[in-house]
Amino acid sequence: MIQIRDLHKHFGDLHVLKGINLDVNKGEVLSVIGSSGSGKSTLLYCLNNLEQIQQGSVHVDGINVHAKGTDVNKLRQKLGMVFQQWNSFPHLTVLENVSLAPRIVKGKSKGEAIAMAEKQLKHVGLGDKLKHYPNSLSGGQQQRLAIARALAMEPEYMLFDEATSALDPEKVGEVLDTMRLLAEEGMTMICVTHEMGFAKEVSDRVAHFHQGIMEEIGPPEQIFGAPQSEHTRKFLANVR
Amino acid sequence: MQDSISFFTGFGINDLLFLGEAALKTLWISALSIAIGTLLGTFFGWLLHEGKLVASFTIAPILDVFRSVPLIIQLVLFYNFAPIIGLNFDPFASGVVILTFYTAALVASVARGGIEAVPASMRRASRSLGISYWQDLFYVVLPIGGRAVFPAWIGVVLGVMKDSALVSVLGYVELLKASQVLITRTQEPLLILAIAGAFYFALSYPISRYANKFEQRWSK
Repeated sequence: MIQIRDLHKHFGDLHVLKGINLDVNKGEVLSVIGSSGSGKSTLLYCLNNLEQIQQGSVHVDGINVHAKGTDVNKLRQKLGMVFQQWNSFPHLTVLENVSLAPRIVKGKSKGEAIAMAEKQLKHVGLGDKLKHYPNSLSGGQQQRLAIARALAMEPEYMLFDEATSALDPEKVGEVLDTMRLLAEEGMTMICVTHEMGFAKEVSDRVAHFHQGIMEEIGPPEQIFGAPQSEHTRKFLANVR
Repeated sequence: MQDSISFFTGFGINDLLFLGEAALKTLWISALSIAIGTLLGTFFGWLLHEGKLVASFTIAPILDVFRSVPLIIQLVLFYNFAPIIGLNFDPFASGVVILTFYTAALVASVARGGIEAVPASMRRASRSLGISYWQDLFYVVLPIGGRAVFPAWIGVVLGVMKDSALVSVLGYVELLKASQVLITRTQEPLLILAIAGAFYFALSYPISRYANKFEQRWSK
């Protein structure tokens, strides 16, 4: 379970997150929507300590993410993350991209790491690309590679930071399908997304962020059907 | 008329061996300086990248000196003044020390460029997998950045190898010094310099060919 309490984040003078309180339960799929600069991506980075926070706390399975003694490298194994830019390692084959972290972080043997990598690559539909280098893959394939790379660490949570925003429109579907697959398998997911269809259809809850404040959170029927907040109503009216 | 004492003698097969041996010395002093200088320079490059402010007041000016003062001046100064502070280095050791720092100064900017060639988002992605800072440097930054600046580093290698000729001013008999000795004796500068040039080419060409091959393999 992820517990966020009164989380404040500043970038210099910019107050990006203004007191966020949020719990995410195991097995839940939460979509986070909102306009650019509303702080939703920053929120994700605060969950696995890629960003420091100025006030409040984040606990993941009881571990205080920003406490001094926390082993962040161990913590991050719990939280798989997929970015807008897929960031495949260009010098490694698809298989090596995925097996690297299990080998050097988890200390798995080469054989075990490769077996895990193969399994996850098949899982995301890249079983036929094992020996390819990332630059021979399409954007959609590279993003699925990034998903497999995160899954190979056997995370308990998956964080998606606008995973489809940098893709060509015709490649968005395959990545969303992979995300949908994970959701059906019961993975706990937090998806920062601009894909309203996906948010509506796959999420258990949807949170709308507006200028660093969580404006509204609720089941998709509420957010998309009968939003309570004026800002949420406006945002959705502009998106559609 | 009987030959008087012949002061000058022609170029013989032994002289070719002499040059060959000198070429090996050039190779040896260069290889040693480049190897140590590259390690040191990579470390300096990392310092320049990580400790931007501190490094720019400490090592950056020192590296600038090594980069900008002509090598021949560095060599003569070091060889003649090091004994004053109790460092009695022979010409070879003096040459290695100065060539090493010279290489390190050049490699430092190359290495910093390499580190900066790896996008921050890539490093963030690798850290998000639980990869530690040092693992990220070794498994991600080194191979990706290293490939990006490999051609620049090869340029440094070839440059230092040629610049090692300047160690001849200290009296170390490497390729250029050996040529000078032979020219004095044979009075055949054209022939001997051509041979010495050919030796330098024979040392450099395989390196640049090999480097090309690597680059081609990486770019596919």
